[in-house]
Amino acid sequence: MKTTRTLLALAAVLGLVMLPATALAQGGYSPVTDQRLVKPEPENWLQIRGNYQGWGYSPLGQVTPANVKKLTPVWAFSTGVDSGHEAPPIVNNGVMFVVTPYSQVIALDAKSGKFLWRYKRELPEDFKALHNTSRGIALYGDKVYLASLDCFLVALDAKTGKVAWQKKVEDYHTGYYMTLAPLVAKGKVMVGVSGGEFGVRGFVQAFDAQSGEPAWKTYTVPGPGEPGHDTWSGDTWKRGGASVWLTGTYDPDLGLTYWGTGNASPWFGDQRAGDNLYTASTVALDAATGALKGHFQYQWNESWDWDEPDAPLVVDYQKDGRTIKGLVHPARNGYLYLLERSRERIGFVSATPYVKQNVFRSVDSKTGRPDYHAERIPKTGKRADFCPSLWGGKDWPSAAYNPKMGRLFIPANDNHCGFMEGKVQQYVAGQWWTGVDIPDIGFAVDKSAKYFGQIQAWDINGVKRAWSHQFPDSMSWGGVLTTGGGLVFTGGTNDRYFRAFDASTGKVLWQFRTNSGIIAPPASFSVDGTQYISVVSGWGVDPAFQQGLISNLLGWEKDVPQGGVVWVFAVSQ
Amino acid sequence: MFPFGDREGQLITLEDLPLGGPQQLAYPMDPRTKTVRNGSTLNLISLIRFDPAQLTEETRELAARGVVAYSAICTHQGCPVSMWEAHAKNLFCACHATQFDPRDRARVVDGPAPRRLPMLPIKLVDGVLTVAGGFTGRVGGERPS
Repeated sequence: MKTTRTLLALAAVLGLVMLPATALAQGGYSPVTDQRLVKPEPENWLQIRGNYQGWGYSPLGQVTPANVKKLTPVWAFSTGVDSGHEAPPIVNNGVMFVVTPYSQVIALDAKSGKFLWRYKRELPEDFKALHNTSRGIALYGDKVYLASLDCFLVALDAKTGKVAWQKKVEDYHTGYYMTLAPLVAKGKVMVGVSGGEFGVRGFVQAFDAQSGEPAWKTYTVPGPGEPGHDTWSGDTWKRGGASVWLTGTYDPDLGLTYWGTGNASPWFGDQRAGDNLYTASTVALDAATGALKGHFQYQWNESWDWDEPDAPLVVDYQKDGRTIKGLVHPARNGYLYLLERSRERIGFVSATPYVKQNVFRSVDSKTGRPDYHAERIPKTGKRADFCPSLWGGKDWPSAAYNPKMGRLFIPANDNHCGFMEGKVQQYVAGQWWTGVDIPDIGFAVDKSAKYFGQIQAWDINGVKRAWSHQFPDSMSWGGVLTTGGGLVFTGGTNDRYFRAFDASTGKVLWQFRTNSGIIAPPASFSVDGTQYISVVSGWGVDPAFQQGLISNLLGWEKDVPQGGVVWVFAVSQ
Repeated sequence: MFPFGDREGQLITLEDLPLGGPQQLAYPMDPRTKTVRNGSTLNLISLIRFDPAQLTEETRELAARGVVAYSAICTHQGCPVSMWEAHAKNLFCACHATQFDPRDRARVVDGPAPRRLPMLPIKLVDGVLTVAGGFTGRVGGERPS
């Protein structure tokens, strides 16, 4: 008895006490600590991918292949917002937070769906963004952190939604905006910037989580005197791109964050001779100082708009009888990369094609540097055709990793190609500056193909494809969730379905048609002993644009309805 | 006036507008005070020159020698309609790919914009393209409520 009381007291001090589902409504809130982020409780979904490593994995095992057929909606909530909803629900002890396009944050009771509060950002009248979405919020202490479209870091009181403070990150007039969820570690909130299509110079910046004071800022395009600057010609580095569209992953043991970077600006490599570090790369940044501790570039002198913004998953795997502390990245260029991470560097291990790609002649087995087919490189005044198209083998929707199985699940797209010809565009701050106007970007599909979208399962030890589910009439635009119950959940298709797959076999075990197409990753959590699966359905942005192009080529229905709805499912008793 | 680039601030003449497009973006200038209204991108205008016979009658009424002027701000989400779909000769919004037909009061041909671009009536005064009236509709994009 004494031991129980002591443990309860200790748990209370550490802020670990489980609050009932209506905790926030009753005025309580469980502060999010570094310890909780490093070892998240299975019942919560504290980060966009569930953990720092970016796995998209819930250890919860109540929902299984045996009972998933009984999954039914428990509640739904309309966000009242259109366009592409790309953020997962975040859940902290019975309180759910959802962010929508146009930088709105909604807090809900996770069990009942009861509305708690909404933060509506007043975007400036002259603000515009190519991608008006948000990929999520971050929790830390008693705050909710939002990277707003108009380039502010906003700290909200998690209990009320009131603004605690906000800090300007950059001037949106020059083309900068933010779409990612912040990353919080050891008292610092880190954000990165979008805007490569407007000729920005990308960076990651950290702020003190309490005060909002800037802590460090590291450009993803190195300036004069910095390593890698000599990979740029003339002043091209000043508007070199390397946007940071998505949240980094983090290895707490190494103290390193891993960020994916976008392609270079303008898009055509002959306008900026050199490798152009650190575009289309993964960069390792010290969470404490921002110091660059390593990098791996997927495409040197990038020319296909193959951003590599999705951060690599932090995964340890087996190779040749040894455990490698690794990074895993299914790249937009169509190759699945296994890398090695250390405090000093990122090393190359292997690259395996997972969709058809016709640009790489070969990949150097030691360095991972590709050799290109010259005729596949679009240049200024020279058209080139290439596969996959600029949307790549996998765009921003994240893959998931199931540690019980050692298996990676990739939302892939195949049998589509692109063609482009560059031109020199005059730079105007805040205006499109890629070297090609959108109507002139070519897109093609293999009309004889049996499928386009896919969910691919890969066993990481040995890099072998285990199964593939193919979508003959849709691309695959959904982030993936996998669970300790042996399931894979994802949406991503134009038919509005949310699906559960058997993680072992790839068999579709359950599906439910939602209000719209799902392009956000699902999440799982539990309240009062019940496991829930949740996802936000809300089609828009690139999937909608691409759907329009394919409807002209293949006759697919163009009108995928828009409008966001939060769905929460549980197994009916 | 040319809004940016090498000729920023210079007057746009009929000869600067290629017949059949693409559009030339412009900022208006107050002819009395010579103030260029470039304080906000909401003031951006698209100028396109067509053979007047290609314009609908309704469009021709507000055009000058085949030159039409529209707000360059998309009615969807306020992005600049700065691109040109050369095949169909339509105005094209870079953000979400709405196409507007400039020969027909900027009717929405394709894409998510909910309404046409507001047209700005123009006339030629001493050979200068001059605003002849207010916009035919509200300038700017939609915002969520």
